[in-house]
Amino acid sequence: MDPVFLSRLQFAAATMFHFLFVPLTLGLSILVAYMETKYARTGKENYLRMTKFWGKLFLINFALGVVTGITLEFQFGTNWSRYSAYVGDIFGSLLAIEASVAFFLESTFIGIWIFGWKKLSPKAHAGVMWVIAFAGNMSAVWILLANGFMQNPVGYVIRDGRAELDSFFALITNKHGILEIIHVIPSALLLSAFFIMGVAAWHLLRKQHLDVFEPSFRIGLVVGLVSAVLVAVTGDMHGVNVSKTQPAKLAAMESHWETQTRAPLVLFAIPDEENERNRIEIGAIPGILSFLGFHDFNAEVTGLRDIPKDERPPVLPTFIGFRTMVGLGTLFILLTVYGWFKRNKLLENPTYLKIMMFSLPLPYIAIEMGWIVSEVGRQPWIVYGLMKTAEAASPVSTTQVFTSLMGFILVYGLLGAVGFFLMAKTVKEGPEAATR
Amino acid sequence: MELQTIWFFLWGLLWAVFFMTSGFDFGIGTIYPFAGKTDTDRRTMLNAIGPLWDGNEVWLITAGGVTFAAFPLVYATMFSALYTPLMLILFALIFRGVAIHFRSKIDTPAWKKVWDFLIFIGSFLPALLFGVAFANIFQGIPFDDQGLYHGNTLRLLNPYGLLGGLLFVLLFIVHGANWMAIKSAGALQTRMVAISQKTWLILVPVAVIFLIASYFATDLYANYFQYPVLFFVTLVNVAALLSIRYFVHKKTYFKAWFASAVTIVLCTFFGIIGLFPALFPSSMNPDWHLTAFNASSSPLTLKIMLAVVLVFIPIVICYQIWAYHLFKNPVTQEDLDMDEAY
Ligand code: HDD
Ligand code: HEM
Ligand code: HEM
Repeated sequence: MDPVFLSRLQFAAATMFHFLFVPLTLGLSILVAYMETKYARTGKENYLRMTKFWGKLFLINFALGVVTGITLEFQFGTNWSRYSAYVGDIFGSLLAIEASVAFFLESTFIGIWIFGWKKLSPKAHAGVMWVIAFAGNMSAVWILLANGFMQNPVGYVIRDGRAELDSFFALITNKHGILEIIHVIPSALLLSAFFIMGVAAWHLLRKQHLDVFEPSFRIGLVVGLVSAVLVAVTGDMHGVNVSKTQPAKLAAMESHWETQTRAPLVLFAIPDEENERNRIEIGAIPGILSFLGFHDFNAEVTGLRDIPKDERPPVLPTFIGFRTMVGLGTLFILLTVYGWFKRNKLLENPTYLKIMMFSLPLPYIAIEMGWIVSEVGRQPWIVYGLMKTAEAASPVSTTQVFTSLMGFILVYGLLGAVGFFLMAKTVKEGPEAATR
Repeated sequence: MELQTIWFFLWGLLWAVFFMTSGFDFGIGTIYPFAGKTDTDRRTMLNAIGPLWDGNEVWLITAGGVTFAAFPLVYATMFSALYTPLMLILFALIFRGVAIHFRSKIDTPAWKKVWDFLIFIGSFLPALLFGVAFANIFQGIPFDDQGLYHGNTLRLLNPYGLLGGLLFVLLFIVHGANWMAIKSAGALQTRMVAISQKTWLILVPVAVIFLIASYFATDLYANYFQYPVLFFVTLVNVAALLSIRYFVHKKTYFKAWFASAVTIVLCTFFGIIGLFPALFPSSMNPDWHLTAFNASSSPLTLKIMLAVVLVFIPIVICYQIWAYHLFKNPVTQEDLDMDEAY
């Protein structure tokens, strides 16, 4: 095993684990801020209990998000030093901006929020949560612009053997980055909405704490419905963009081998990378892939066979990832639309509540799959068209990377288990009992 | 002054502020299992840093991010050469962060024991390893002109490196005990004052030995001999170190804490000034030193980042001061009874 492969494994494990917590931080912070504002405005006690209950879950999740983020910040140096030296001029600045404009704000104000209940007025305390929500989402903006540069490098010149910044404006208006922002932030809200509905459903099925969980569920429904639609719309825009900027990724997403006009969408397929075709293909609908990629039924879509072998991404994970994400995205719209019509008769629909309870993990799967499409589909490039992943790794020994990788797996495994256990415990305990 | 020079000192300043702010968190974590006799003691210590430690830790992320942005070659070479110690620090920080949050979530002795141990390790290890790492950087690290590292990790634990580690640990313990003296009352406060005073007695000789050893083990003094006015900084440093004792004795704990903060910043600057213009010297060949001039980003990046830092860091300092101000009073029983308390 070479250090490049191990570093890829380590980075993938670390980012994917980090991103188990990130979306809930992004979305739930907004929703908790909204609940607390309701409390500050109306003074109604059930909103306070609601805020505290979801706030507790938010904090457990937040703790894990922070500690897993710190390792990422340094892994570009430890494991991808050649990459860091090559694009640090551009990439490093986005990371540094993220830290100085967003992380400071988020981390300082979270301390104030946790410990400031008695020191601040209810309105000011709710304001603190809005700052946290703003700061968290700002950090997403900057990190996604950084990722956008890796997907679609802009605003640089090659000088002295490295990429140097040429236009900061181009960097922060990078179309790929902006598409990521408008796709990822709604997907985080969607995940948080499903989280709230799932947990609330568990209590509603037991007919307990109705004054907290009925309104919570309805907040989740509205947010879930709106963001499910937004995610699909922005995902479609993403697809159109990818077909222009990264044809190899589009071909891999669809396991599309033959360059053709009126390219079909295949409902089911099993890619066979060795023989450059699909082993099984069922239900090809002509023209749909051309339409999805270019909004034109007759557009020509490049097939993988016309892309040099050493520039093709791994097809299977990209293909499965995309199918799963889009399939789940469609399901989320259906589930929330149905719920919308039943929003005032929730308790009379235990089956629906049960479905929503078991749907809680689905947005997590969709979100991770989205990153697999985006990152694995970009391979073999680390910076698309500029630098290959294989050239990017640090000159460190296999033993070092192997040991740290094992450390990550062990520690993250344990942390994940403890976090899950604490969350489940908090959910079971439920909110404080009403005093009246 | 040239952009690169400004950035060199900003880089040093960010690390110094990280050591100053997180320093007392690490110090308190290090003495935590020994000085915290009862569960209430321990919870008082955790809640004394509770609202602040997370914001303090971001100085590390910013110092790392700024190294990446302003000196990408240093970021790349430093962190890959110091791969193993950095990974240890990161894992330690993971444990500490989670432990502080999770310790008081379940009220059983076994559960708390695990997290207590991790709070100790997660504070002591970074304090020690940052000291070891910086002392080794002062000495020079064996890497070639390709950035390839030619040493092994255990060599970092040479006598001068360990001395640096010891110095950091002692500084942080004094700094942490001073903060606890502000934030506690009664028997715990008395114990903290004693820890600050006793540790200070060890700290002073260690600091002197470190200054002397630096003469033999490093080239740090070259800049000082060239511009003797620079010794003024060292003098202020010594004055700050001595005044810690004075203020603790006078029971003005906030001033004592401020003095230990200044001491930490100036100790860091003792090295930063000596290193200039090198950020990461090579022990194999002086021509391979990574300096502010041969390892920096492009002028455009440096300018944009300077604007960002000059606008946002003062804002950060303002709201962090507000946070410190909000939580400046001793931790009370009422604080510990709060739902959210650690
Ligand atoms: C779309 C959002 C997003 C993405 C793609 C990433 N992160 Fe993240 N990160 C966040 C969104 C976020 C956040 C929501 O803002 C977190 C989660 C918990 C928190 O406190 O902030 C966070 C925390 C967080 C922290 C701790 C900050 C603190 O102490 O407050 C660091 C250092 C990083 N991240 C660094 C990274 C790096 C280097 C990434 C790239 C590989 C990365 N994150 C991907
Ligand atoms: C700004 C944010 C991100 C940046 C800069 C980034 C960058 C990278 C880098 C440097 C690699 C290693 C090289 C490689 O193997 O391709 C990588 C791989 C990977 N990343 Fe990301 N990533 C980011 C966010 C994420 C997130 C949040 C996830 C998912 C949760 C993710 C999922 C992956 C996966 C699955 C791989 C492995 C791909 C492979 O090796 O085939 N990435 N990314
Ligand atoms: C419903 C239809 C959806 C479509 C058409 C769609 C489309 C896409 C496309 C084309 C990409 C790859 C972009 C690229 O690499 O350039 C992507 C990435 C991604 N998707 Fe989706 N998506 C959908 C639903 C979802 C859902 C439901 C979620 C999660 C809840 C999600 C989360 C993500 C994430 C996290 C990424 C990676 C970041 C990024 O590139 O923006 N997507 N999506």
